[in-house]
Amino acid sequence: MSRAFLALLLRDLRLAARLGGGGGMAVFFFLVVIAIVPLGVGPDRPLLASLAPGMLWVALLLAALLTLDRLFQADYEDGSLDLLSTGPLPLELVAVAKALAHWIVTGLPLVVSAPLLGVLLNLPSAAALPLTLAMLIGTPALSFLGSVGAALTVGIRRGGLLASLLVLPFYIPVLIFGVGAAAAASGGFEGEAGRQAFLLLGAVTLASFAVGPLAAAAALRANLR
Amino acid sequence: MAGMSSLSAAQRFHAYANPARFMALSSRLVAPLGMLSALVIAAGLWFALVASPPDYQQGETVRIMYVHVPSAWLAMFGYSVMAVASAVALIFRHPLADVAAKSAAPIGAAFTFLALVTGSLWGRPMWGTWWEWGDARLVSMLILLFLYLGYMALWATIEEPVRAARAAAVLALVGSINLPVIRYSVDWWNTLHQPASVFRMDGPTIASSMLLPLGLMALGFTVLFVTLLLVRMRAEIMRRRVRNLRLARAASGAGA
Repeated sequence: MSRAFLALLLRDLRLAARLGGGGGMAVFFFLVVIAIVPLGVGPDRPLLASLAPGMLWVALLLAALLTLDRLFQADYEDGSLDLLSTGPLPLELVAVAKALAHWIVTGLPLVVSAPLLGVLLNLPSAAALPLTLAMLIGTPALSFLGSVGAALTVGIRRGGLLASLLVLPFYIPVLIFGVGAAAAASGGFEGEAGRQAFLLLGAVTLASFAVGPLAAAAALRANLR
Repeated sequence: MAGMSSLSAAQRFHAYANPARFMALSSRLVAPLGMLSALVIAAGLWFALVASPPDYQQGETVRIMYVHVPSAWLAMFGYSVMAVASAVALIFRHPLADVAAKSAAPIGAAFTFLALVTGSLWGRPMWGTWWEWGDARLVSMLILLFLYLGYMALWATIEEPVRAARAAAVLALVGSINLPVIRYSVDWWNTLHQPASVFRMDGPTIASSMLLPLGLMALGFTVLFVTLLLVRMRAEIMRRRVRNLRLARAASGAGA
């Protein structure tokens, strides 16, 4: 079973590396959104610095949403999802492998590029490290909760847009605790609230590990019958 | 029907799963329930608008509360009905449960919208602004509206009813797990940003002159919700029958 899991994970990573698209596009989208923020709110450096953690998180959420529709859709279209559902691996573990691959391919590059894009928004250097750490803790939840939305809309035409609408409310706790954790270190408020935010962010991610694959597998079963 | 009393609880549960029996029962219930809700709401409105005194602090604007609070209560009640019905649909494959869940969503969304609008109307004189991000309840209500709309969008997008029912049930259940987390996160966010002194809706105590219209309105709105739910469920069952008849006719037409 663990060999089948590993094979699926490696297959997804290999597909992503050779086909391109997914992760690179998400980072490019992230860059473009961050670049147009100063064009919208003006070049005032202190204002940009105070907006930076929140804007980085919002842009990261949007970039992660953009890649959700490919999570199951390509496998659904070429029939591999049907094969996977009859294979030795339970559908729940298939969902875990797909969500994990999605995080490695899109979540991780987004986290790595966030502090670099922070320079564009005059992010205070003291905030760069906690922000990156918070994103590292929070982004797996985006992939695991996102897999539910992707599984619910698999096989629907223009399902990507619907998946974004379904998933975005579920991302709100990640956004709130993520920004809270980042703001704590840059002096927004006292240390205790920041520590709390980190712990709560971790709790949300762990809960998404538990709920996400179960719900995604149930949704896939509904859509594959 | 004579042997009804000798049925076990589980058998009775499945007896009402028969849509024909539901249609017969509900057709007799809709009119009396509708009249009851109209009477109770009329009585509640009379006490709320005429017979109760204005609040010593909030003045006449307190009367918005008599619509706002029951709407907010039904917004959450509607989601619970949806979530429980979805769980029953997924676990027991009860054929009426997904009809109930689908029918509850637009009603709950309407009450959520009503709660938001009345909250906003109340906020204008009390807070001096139409929208106050500092009030966690307003923000969570908005997110609840998003959840309702997403659920309805999923139903509207998937054509085949059985597949749509399963997918929507999964979404409703994930939403019901997430709702407390979202609510807590909004509360937490709110305490960090220390809102400007906001009047709380729940004063220290509620005078009995206000409790009577509030209770009547809550009761009336709840009966109204049940009535609308029955009407929508009947419409949904008929819609499915029409769909099946159309499909059957199309199939036989293609064969001839």
